[in-house]
Amino acid sequence: MNNFPILSLLTFLPIVGMGIVLLLPKKQELSIKVTTLIVTAIQIVLSIILLMNFNYAAGGINDASSFQFIEKFRWIEIPGFAWIGKIKIDYFMGVDGLSTPLVLLTAIVTFIATISSWSIDKSVKGYFAMFLLLNTGMMGVFVALDFFLFYIFWELMLLPMYFLIGIWGGPRREYAAIKFFLYTLLGSIFILLVMIGLYFSSMETLADGTRVFTFNLLELMNHANYTQTGILSPLNPNNLRFIAYIALFIGFAIKIPMFPFHTWLPDAHVEAPTAISVILAGVLLKMGTYGILRVSYPIFPELTYQLSWYIALFGMINIIYGALAAMAQKDFKKLIAYSSVSHMGFVMLGMSALNTMGISGAILQMFNHGTITAMLFLIVGVVYDRAHTRDLDSFGGLGKQMPIYTGFVTVAFFAAIGLPGLSGFISEALVFLGGFGNATTRILTVISTLGILLGAAYMLWTLQRVYLGTLNEKWKDLTDLTTREYFMLVPLTIIVIYLGVNPSPMLNLMNASANAMVKFISDAQVIYGSLNAF
Amino acid sequence: MITLILPNLSSDLLAILPEISLALTLVAIVVFDLIFSKSKRFLPFISLVGIVITFAFVVLQFGDPKSAFSVTGNNSFLSLDNFSSFFKILILITTAFIVLFSMSSQEVNSCPDRHGEYYALIFGMVIGMFFMVSANDLILIYLSLELLSLSSYVLAGFVKTSVRNSEASLKYIIYGSASSGIMLFGISILYGITGSTNLHEINSLLHFTAASQLTFVMAVLMIFAGIGFKISIVPFHFWTPDVYEGAPISITAFLSVASKAAGFVILIRFLKITFTQGLDKSGYWQMLPYIDWQLLLIVFSIITMTFGNFAALWQDNLKRMLAYSSIAHAGYLMLGVAVLSDQGLMAVLVYFSVYLFMNLGAFYVVMLIANKIDSEEIDDYKGLGYSLPLLGTALGIFLISLTGLPPTAGFIGKLYLFIALVDANMITVAIIALLNTVVALYYYIRVLKAMFLTKSEKHIVVKLSPLNYTVLFLLIAPVLILGIYFTPLINLAKESIQLLGF
Repeated sequence: MNNFPILSLLTFLPIVGMGIVLLLPKKQELSIKVTTLIVTAIQIVLSIILLMNFNYAAGGINDASSFQFIEKFRWIEIPGFAWIGKIKIDYFMGVDGLSTPLVLLTAIVTFIATISSWSIDKSVKGYFAMFLLLNTGMMGVFVALDFFLFYIFWELMLLPMYFLIGIWGGPRREYAAIKFFLYTLLGSIFILLVMIGLYFSSMETLADGTRVFTFNLLELMNHANYTQTGILSPLNPNNLRFIAYIALFIGFAIKIPMFPFHTWLPDAHVEAPTAISVILAGVLLKMGTYGILRVSYPIFPELTYQLSWYIALFGMINIIYGALAAMAQKDFKKLIAYSSVSHMGFVMLGMSALNTMGISGAILQMFNHGTITAMLFLIVGVVYDRAHTRDLDSFGGLGKQMPIYTGFVTVAFFAAIGLPGLSGFISEALVFLGGFGNATTRILTVISTLGILLGAAYMLWTLQRVYLGTLNEKWKDLTDLTTREYFMLVPLTIIVIYLGVNPSPMLNLMNASANAMVKFISDAQVIYGSLNAF
Repeated sequence: MITLILPNLSSDLLAILPEISLALTLVAIVVFDLIFSKSKRFLPFISLVGIVITFAFVVLQFGDPKSAFSVTGNNSFLSLDNFSSFFKILILITTAFIVLFSMSSQEVNSCPDRHGEYYALIFGMVIGMFFMVSANDLILIYLSLELLSLSSYVLAGFVKTSVRNSEASLKYIIYGSASSGIMLFGISILYGITGSTNLHEINSLLHFTAASQLTFVMAVLMIFAGIGFKISIVPFHFWTPDVYEGAPISITAFLSVASKAAGFVILIRFLKITFTQGLDKSGYWQMLPYIDWQLLLIVFSIITMTFGNFAALWQDNLKRMLAYSSIAHAGYLMLGVAVLSDQGLMAVLVYFSVYLFMNLGAFYVVMLIANKIDSEEIDDYKGLGYSLPLLGTALGIFLISLTGLPPTAGFIGKLYLFIALVDANMITVAIIALLNTVVALYYYIRVLKAMFLTKSEKHIVVKLSPLNYTVLFLLIAPVLILGIYFTPLINLAKESIQLLGF
């Protein structure tokens, strides 16, 4: 099992699928859709195999030996010459308890999104080709352990997303697509700069004893690898680590999206077709927080520790601001978009606590938010497909007209609020416990609990406006869920309820990694303190 | 006093076999055109054969650096080092593509009776560039530059019946002669001060004598202006948009890649040979303290890229947009020079190799589409992605690569540039250059937006010949492959940064 390249398969299978889709004639829309569905279904199977063979005791984070399903071989190798040292870049993939939940989430969400894409009727071939390319980018980001590889996958997602919003989106799609593209490109520029800076600050010792500059994330986390003069090396008294940390953080924060870099999100969501909204909220937003946990935290542990209050602060702002903004929305989809901003704030708050509960809570919240928001966007999609409007005030009493649908809505809404028994509760509770457990973030955590209240307010108010009350005559012909919609909503509902009742499989999965992360960051305080001493 | 005593004439002549083979090809084209005036369709094939033979000679010379035509000591006219061979290879590849472009260019084919002079003049340009990339003497630099310029003036106005062509040609001549006049004036002053036109000799003089500051700086800046004109950096760029828009597309593509490359080589050789006193152990050039080249180049390159990118934002004509974009790229390339290190030089070589394919590719698609719709206006590209999916996708790939996004080769070019900048601690400059990339994205994506995001009623069919498919493939393949596997390119660039004399 260990030699089977399961991660490469997970990542590049969609590219193969894209090749098949491109070879199929344009008219064969059904076979194009089925190909995509098969690819995403295989991804689910692969991620379940991954899960079954997963060693729950291995922590990962900074320790190469406890990463699992590792694939590593030399990708670029240029021998040294005169003043240019040897250049090497590895193809390095592997997963730990931090990335496995997200790989699983990506597989599930893309599968559901494929079903949701069934209603696409414009340029089907192009749509699914782009969809599959996006899929590769997402999987790649979560499994890459080399910064260079990570960056390539990170950028690979931009173009397909631009087209998916820009071609198949709503009326203001061109504006939303370019805004998304420019914002995220701006973010990745910061990431690129820090990546190059780190490359020149850290040297890896190869098997033959030579020291080379490295993009390997795990080697970059090792303080012993720093050079004396590297601009991002703590040994250099004039290092730029603080600026680099901020730059990297902004780069990732744009993707989360963190206030005040969030303005692309409502536009992108409102214009994107339902399936793409699902992917955007379900997977893409997680990349920001994942990037912070995978890259920023372990490479800059001392700064993470010093700045944790600020991370919590921005988490709190996201929670409160997102909730307030959601409350003010008239557009159903915009409301859900802002609720995402609010819920991603919980992830940041959990991360900033720097204890096992907080980190586990953050990772679990990423997973839960992915499934719950996917449901919420599907729910909006269902009503939009029928009524062709998302104006919250024009609805009312849909509960009588579409009872089963309203049942799913209630589950999703309550999960989003964080009602006990549903998955959202567990992760939010962990986040609050973690945040409260750390004296630095305690007060901010207390303020953030307001977010729960506000969340309940806008969710319940929406429930009341759209689904309760008397039925607007205009909507008396609306039909209840179709079979395809059952296929999308039922699996997500099962996950949401199951993880609400029994979260331990998920928590066990991430426990070792969360512990490793906490230990690594607290150990690093001593080490980096002594590094700065001379 | 220069006396033309060349002790090693025969070995010197052997050393310029590539140039001789180019000249023979030119002669062959002219003679063939005179005798068999009915079979002009063979001219491109003769050109290609000439290119292949020359290519072989250049490859044989690679790795065996030597100087040629030296009177005494190190004052040779030509430096046949790996650096010049590398650029000769790039120029030959470009020329081969241009010949292939011309075979399916409607503009070129509209004057069938003048194909002989077309291909002959292209070879005139190539010979000029070949001498430029290895020239070690200001006189030879000037002469080869003029050979290149005169041929390109004529080619820019090749289609006599097209007003646009003639206008481009006239503008090019006027700006070009003014700038070469300035350059020649600079050269003469420099000769007056130093008593030599040989770069090595000037360099050794500068080691010992303190040249009178103002005149010396003036002279050098005048030469810099002449070179700046060729590589179209702001503020010597006036001619670029007009000429690029007006000239036949195949010639525009040629000017934007090969002629720019030759100009950059002169700049680099002039800087490195004349103004450095050695390398330090990390490959940085130790500059003679006459002019703050780093500051000068950084200022020019930042102005150039920012101006190029922002001006491109407002363009509605794709050719004109690509002209401004090529100005912006000249800015990036100049930033690689501004690092003043061998690492920066390597970045320039990598960037140029990549730029060759993506820029030629973009022009090729524009040409194929213009052959059909007779327009390069971005508005006329609306919905083209649907009626011409292959060409649309190809143009998309080239433009994304020009923006510098992975996994295309353009990213690798930018990556090495930024690596050189960060290594030299030029972080602020790197940030400005990166922010420029975001601006660039906006206008490149505008073309994609027109092609894919808007639908159009009209359905355009472009029939592609097998030749078109082959050329497209030959351009796309490197752009995609070098984006993922770039070891050979970096290796080659690494071998090629050695200039003779260092």
